Amino acid sequence: MPDGYGGEGFFATSLSKAIGLARANSIWPLPFATSCCGIEFMATMGTNYDLARFGMERLSFSPRQADLLMVMGTIAKKMGPVLKQVYTQMAEPKWVIAVGACASSGGIFDTYSVLQGIDKVIPVDVYVPGCPPRPEQIIDGVMKIQELVKNEPLRRRFSPEYQHLLDKYQIG
Amino acid sequence: MKLNNDIVFAAIKRQFPDAVLDHSEPHGMLTLETTREQIIPMLVFVKNDPELQVNFLTSLCGIHYPQNTDKELGIVYHLHSFLHNFRFRIKVFFPINDPVIPTATTVWPTANWMERETYDFYGVLFTGHPNLKRILNVEDLDVFPMRKEYRLEDGTRTDKDDRFFGRDGHVGREFD
Repeated sequence: MPDGYGGEGFFATSLSKAIGLARANSIWPLPFATSCCGIEFMATMGTNYDLARFGMERLSFSPRQADLLMVMGTIAKKMGPVLKQVYTQMAEPKWVIAVGACASSGGIFDTYSVLQGIDKVIPVDVYVPGCPPRPEQIIDGVMKIQELVKNEPLRRRFSPEYQHLLDKYQIG
Repeated sequence: MKLNNDIVFAAIKRQFPDAVLDHSEPHGMLTLETTREQIIPMLVFVKNDPELQVNFLTSLCGIHYPQNTDKELGIVYHLHSFLHNFRFRIKVFFPINDPVIPTATTVWPTANWMERETYDFYGVLFTGHPNLKRILNVEDLDVFPMRKEYRLEDGTRTDKDDRFFGRDGHVGREFD
């Protein structure tokens, strides 16, 4: 629970924190799975690890309704513009998690055809290392995202800093 | 009759006495070398000859040997006769500053994508190809990346210490 003032049958906190709490526990992820990290994500979705515990039982396979873009796997340079378009199609507020070494840095694919990390084309909030990371690590990354979502000020997306970030990627 | 290397080589040699530049049998597989003038007639011959009936182009690919002067670039045709379950290879080499060879799509339509891939990676121009443009790489790539003069690694990589990742100037730089 966020900081606030509670008593018999009531709890008072800031609007920002209340909205953050609601957002953090109802994130709709968009899986963008291109290789083996996607397989680990399938395990994460499944019953053993159960991503639904975090309010994520509804995976959004359309970017229009998604809150969290999960990029899992190698992104070839030819895929870069596609990934960027998917990101721009998502509505604000939106978050991005780069799962695995390839999405984070290109991984072992230090080669002319592979994007050396998705942060070359879109901003990333959380990086999950591993090749591939185990489901526990993906869940840890997701919980880090939840922390970000909980604590994000409502005005962040309208700030000049955020606009500057998007401008750096020539988005929006 | 079962085909073997000797029969196929003799048949091709009989038909093209001057066009078989070289032949060998690495790992038991008959490998011929010919010229780009004779490659298409040779493919047509092995396909239509009633004795051989080599009816399938398994693979077509490029190769780059920078040290072979005037024979830097090559095309390798892997051929297969379904009827006789027999495979062999034909190779053609030509200079890198004149990377032109007639298309094999006139013989096998399946050569279409293979030739596009070879163009994409080696810059070989197949004359007569119906749609010779990049197939796998990004369209605006300005190099032919499998040619040896281009580095394999991505130059934008920032997180690697070159001393520990084989990027200190010897791996992949033999031909610089």
